[in-house]
Amino acid sequence: MPHVVLPRIGTDTAWRDAARCFLAASVPPDRITWGDTSGQKGLFDDPALPSAPTAVTVPRAFLSMANCVVWHSDPSRFARLYSFLWRLKQHPHLMSDRGDAELARLRHMEKNVRRCQHKMKAFVRFRDTGTDSSGRRSFAAWFEPTHHTVEPTAQFFVRRFADMDWQIVTPDISAFFQNGQLHFKQDLERPDLPEDASEALWVTYFRNIFNPARLKVQAMKSEMPQKYWKNLPEAAAISELVSAAPARAREMARNAPTLPPARVASIRAQQSANTSAWTGDGGELEDAIRACDRCALHKNATQAVVGVGPRQANLMIVGEQPGDAEDLSGLPFVGPAGKLFDEIAVQVGLDRNKAFVTNAVKHFKFLPRGRKRIHQRPDAGETEHCKWWLDAELRAVRPSLVLAMGSTAAFSLTGNKRGLKERRGTIESGPGCVSVLITYHPAYLLHLQDPATRAAATAAFRTDLQAAAAFASSEGVVDAKEIRSV
Amino acid sequence: MAKMTIEQKLAILSDAAKYDASCASSGSDKRDSRAGKSLGSNEGSGICHAYAPDGRCISLLKILMTNFCIYDCSYCINRSSSNVARARFSVDEVVQLTVEFYRRNYIEGLFLSSGIIRSPDATMLDMVRIARKLRHVENFRGYIHLKTIPDAAPELIAEAGLLADRLSINVEMPTDASVKQYAPEKSPQQIRRAMADVRLRKESAGDRSFSGKRPPRFAPAGQSTQMIIGADASTDTTVLHQSTRLYSGYRLKRVYYSAFSPIPDASARLPLISPPLQREHRLYQADWLLRFYGFELNEITGHRPDGNLDLDIDPKLAWALAHRDLFPVDINRAPRELLLRVPGFGTKTVKRVLGTRRHRTLRYDDLVRMGAPMKKARAFVTCAGWTPGGLTDSENLRARFAPPPEQMSLF
Repeated sequence: MPHVVLPRIGTDTAWRDAARCFLAASVPPDRITWGDTSGQKGLFDDPALPSAPTAVTVPRAFLSMANCVVWHSDPSRFARLYSFLWRLKQHPHLMSDRGDAELARLRHMEKNVRRCQHKMKAFVRFRDTGTDSSGRRSFAAWFEPTHHTVEPTAQFFVRRFADMDWQIVTPDISAFFQNGQLHFKQDLERPDLPEDASEALWVTYFRNIFNPARLKVQAMKSEMPQKYWKNLPEAAAISELVSAAPARAREMARNAPTLPPARVASIRAQQSANTSAWTGDGGELEDAIRACDRCALHKNATQAVVGVGPRQANLMIVGEQPGDAEDLSGLPFVGPAGKLFDEIAVQVGLDRNKAFVTNAVKHFKFLPRGRKRIHQRPDAGETEHCKWWLDAELRAVRPSLVLAMGSTAAFSLTGNKRGLKERRGTIESGPGCVSVLITYHPAYLLHLQDPATRAAATAAFRTDLQAAAAFASSEGVVDAKEIRSV
Repeated sequence: MAKMTIEQKLAILSDAAKYDASCASSGSDKRDSRAGKSLGSNEGSGICHAYAPDGRCISLLKILMTNFCIYDCSYCINRSSSNVARARFSVDEVVQLTVEFYRRNYIEGLFLSSGIIRSPDATMLDMVRIARKLRHVENFRGYIHLKTIPDAAPELIAEAGLLADRLSINVEMPTDASVKQYAPEKSPQQIRRAMADVRLRKESAGDRSFSGKRPPRFAPAGQSTQMIIGADASTDTTVLHQSTRLYSGYRLKRVYYSAFSPIPDASARLPLISPPLQREHRLYQADWLLRFYGFELNEITGHRPDGNLDLDIDPKLAWALAHRDLFPVDINRAPRELLLRVPGFGTKTVKRVLGTRRHRTLRYDDLVRMGAPMKKARAFVTCAGWTPGGLTDSENLRARFAPPPEQMSLF
């Protein structure tokens, strides 16, 4: 009956090699005894086994679990792994059967090791041990892990502290990193580490980052178990912090607020003199729109999106409301619909920069859905409320023609709710008898699924934009019948 | 006044920073120092290097650059009208502390915030200088979280995003009205505009150029924010509504809820009671349900008469007790969405159930071995060999979970 003793350094590969040999030779689990690790290098005392491991395929998930479980301190870990592997050969799906008792036990051990590794990454505390002539610094730590976690965790420290020498000495395996080379030793005595002035600063930090008004000692202990405290410099402060906390909290509540210091007046003066790069553009109307709270929409939007363009523009383009992109950037027509508009505008020679571009409703209306905001059409009441601002923009710009895109803009400008299909391409009368050319909203084109319908609607939209472009460049009067026939 | 030692400054400026709940050091780019020329690494998952007795993890060196401040926010220990001791770190002091702490494996990196000195731009510029020196002079590859000042110039925020892993801007209060009341110098709209700006910059940094080259990453660990709970009268519904708005609008990684805690030399306008820690905890649970369990906001708060979460039981259990007609669910047949709604089941348990039931029928013991907390879940599930019988509809089911009524303190 083979008895296997594995080395304490390189245990993972040694176990895998042994398991592969046994599996290839079909040795059942009850015929092998796995001794715990020892210092000896020798693997097997049964020379009958194949010495060169043959290739055996196992699920990747098992390998990653085994590579972790081998570092557990439980002496039964090797036998448990092999007996599960033996069953896995017959039933490959066992890895995904989380209710299986043997797998549950191995997963539990794996969790212990991973937690121990995580705590090692967290709780190793280095002390400065000097600087060599080339300026390379060296550090050392004493640490007491629960499982054999130094070897599998050492690479973490290599990745993190490659520009210094360091050693982590433990009662079990110790790791040494010198001039870029990592090696391990076993069974070392606890070294005498020099005092380190930074440790006092760290304890100062620990004491002051603690809030005595919210004492949760159990939460601390479950994440920072007391078995680690003896090697954590900050842990010495815990008992005093805990016992003094209630009195400190009471004192804060009891003490009457003091009077403000004398410097407050000068601070206020300084504060009011500050300007921000974010404000300053735009005039009175823009500021008034940005401060608007006439309806509930302002409560959820980022900001009001005001119209953009020259005040002397003879063409004004009105959309429905800002979308996600417009709400974030504060600029009208920069989202997907705005891009489609720009594309067609370029095709028909409409210079957007010469027109005043705005929306019928100034705040974005949406429903939050996870990490997205779903556009909601503004209702009649919201559109009515916001007409105040659209009218003000109309009075400020005094365009000769307004291009109303979509039904919300058309309704706001004409008061007429009828469907757009028969109205598009016609000119209606808006506030102060301004001519309003009705067309589709570009977002409507984006939403059309049927390619033929979409092409027809896009062509109609292009025609309307062309008419608006012709108007903007000629400053002439548009004949509605002419547009529809184009 | 005698010159302060670095220890005195550290005491003042870490004390001043502790009211910010954010501590995460996770979710950034993977990077390391194996080439030997730099210091530090980032592995994706965060590490908590210590825990304070308040139960909060210490992952980063969380300090203020200075606690001098020209703002006067009533809830803040550093407001201009408070008489706390003031201090200011120099750029080199912060850099040295960060690097020396990091080399001793005390921290994952730096979380730098600051009171506003002189002007928002001047303050942000000093913070950017610290991050710049850490990255470019010390070749520091650890984690940097910069608190962003909403009024600071966009180009400073642009540089901050290239240096830091995470940016955060605190919305401070659950409603605009409360911000105006308690933090008169802050503009809720400007805070949102700054968060929108960070989102847009992060997204445009993700786009490849025509040559296929990626621009430098902008705040790879995203942005987060914090809301103070219990200083104003907002209900949990208001708080969670604000969160859904922030998550959907600005793609925040986290909204931190910070139970308002009494501060030394507090303003007379605030409730100086012990912080509502249980409420904070329930809000985090509800936040998780919204983000990872497919719950809608009105499902969580809709059945609550006063708009606040039940403090005695968790919000999923409260929802399940109010919807008993949907239970018990059959572990062997129910879809994932429904399994996620079983009280006690987390995303891991559900994944294990789904993985295992492909091969065989699950029994009660299987669930125990999977680590499902069956004491809580058993009233809501059926599986081979287990049916809760009348338990699901029993009158006293809530009483089984809620803590026993506490006698009022006489003193």
